[in-house]
Amino acid sequence: MIELTALSPEVQAAVLVGAVLVEAIVLYGGYGLLERVAAPPVIKAIKST
Amino acid sequence: MELFGIALTMIILFVSFGFMVGVLFGFFGMGGSFLVTPALLVMGYPARVAVGSGMAFVFGTAVIATLKHHDLGQVDYKLGGLMIVGTTVGIEVGRIGVFYLEDLGLAGGVIGVTYVLLLGSIGVFVTRNALKNDGSDDGGGGHHDAADGEIDPDAIPDIAKKIQSYRVPPMMTIAGGIQVSLWMVLGVAFATGLLSGFLGVGGGFIRMPAMFYLIGVPVPVAVGTDLFEIVFSGGIGSFLYGMEGGVDLSIVAPLLAGSALGARIGSAATSIVNEDDIKIYFGLMLLGGSIAVAFQQAGDYFAVELLNTVGFALILLSAFMVGGAVIYSTIATMRANERSTAPAAD
Repeated sequence: MIELTALSPEVQAAVLVGAVLVEAIVLYGGYGLLERVAAPPVIKAIKST
Repeated sequence: MELFGIALTMIILFVSFGFMVGVLFGFFGMGGSFLVTPALLVMGYPARVAVGSGMAFVFGTAVIATLKHHDLGQVDYKLGGLMIVGTTVGIEVGRIGVFYLEDLGLAGGVIGVTYVLLLGSIGVFVTRNALKNDGSDDGGGGHHDAADGEIDPDAIPDIAKKIQSYRVPPMMTIAGGIQVSLWMVLGVAFATGLLSGFLGVGGGFIRMPAMFYLIGVPVPVAVGTDLFEIVFSGGIGSFLYGMEGGVDLSIVAPLLAGSALGARIGSAATSIVNEDDIKIYFGLMLLGGSIAVAFQQAGDYFAVELLNTVGFALILLSAFMVGGAVIYSTIATMRANERSTAPAAD
């Protein structure tokens, strides 16, 4: 569990929202790279079977 | 074994559940916390944490899905921006309602009953309409072209035509060249924001059909614009619940890790799968969700733990079955398109 209780409620909430936003953007970028590499062979395999 | 204070098996469950929810979210522009919040409630998390964490999860998933829909040209930013105004006010009113009911000890029950009624009635409405249209439409393949061109008047439901006929100024032009009253847009936004804050959902399960049926927005644009709007409503809701200690990152982070991948697949699928198939799947998922929550409510009322477990299993089943159907339908359409274009290619 991540402890943020030392901070004010507003800052805690902003940190939480910021953490979720950063995770989302990192995941979007990371999975985007994965998609670029893995999607063409997967689509080709789907269409050819 | 534990990671960040949460059992590894729970992390795996959250990631795989998040994946399927992500597929549905990217595909329908909804389905995030409508599935996640009841699941967290069943798992014993307090209503505030279930609602707040569900909302934070929806926020993160909406960011990812909106970026994908933006690439497909399926976001009406003017409409989305206006809806944010009405939704923000609605969320705050709904949130106050949740905390008031929590003080009275009624939050879990009232939220559950509202879920059942809303999901069930919208599910029946959407499924019935989709099945009715299924035989009359041309049943073409993908539908993403509708995002750019004029909307087919026959594709606008009668109810939308009637509502759009009330021309209360000021009027505005939305995707597909449709004229609609600004007050209608703000009214739909407020009502869905109210539900969003009250139920802890992104509001997509009512906003997406409301945009289509009440305003007349083409389905792919309704999905993309809805997701854009959820980025803001989910962010604001997460912030407000975060201030009250209602957001648990150890729940949100693994769910998001799964949904980020699922949302990419779901968003891409909207440009491949037939529009009527989308609506039928959407309606069936809402019906499945309403039955699941009804089981949970009965379990609470009669104090029978088995009913709660059945309800939880139904939530998981409805997510996995509809998510699986979306993936299957996408693959089948891709193969069918490949077969139909292959002879014409030469």
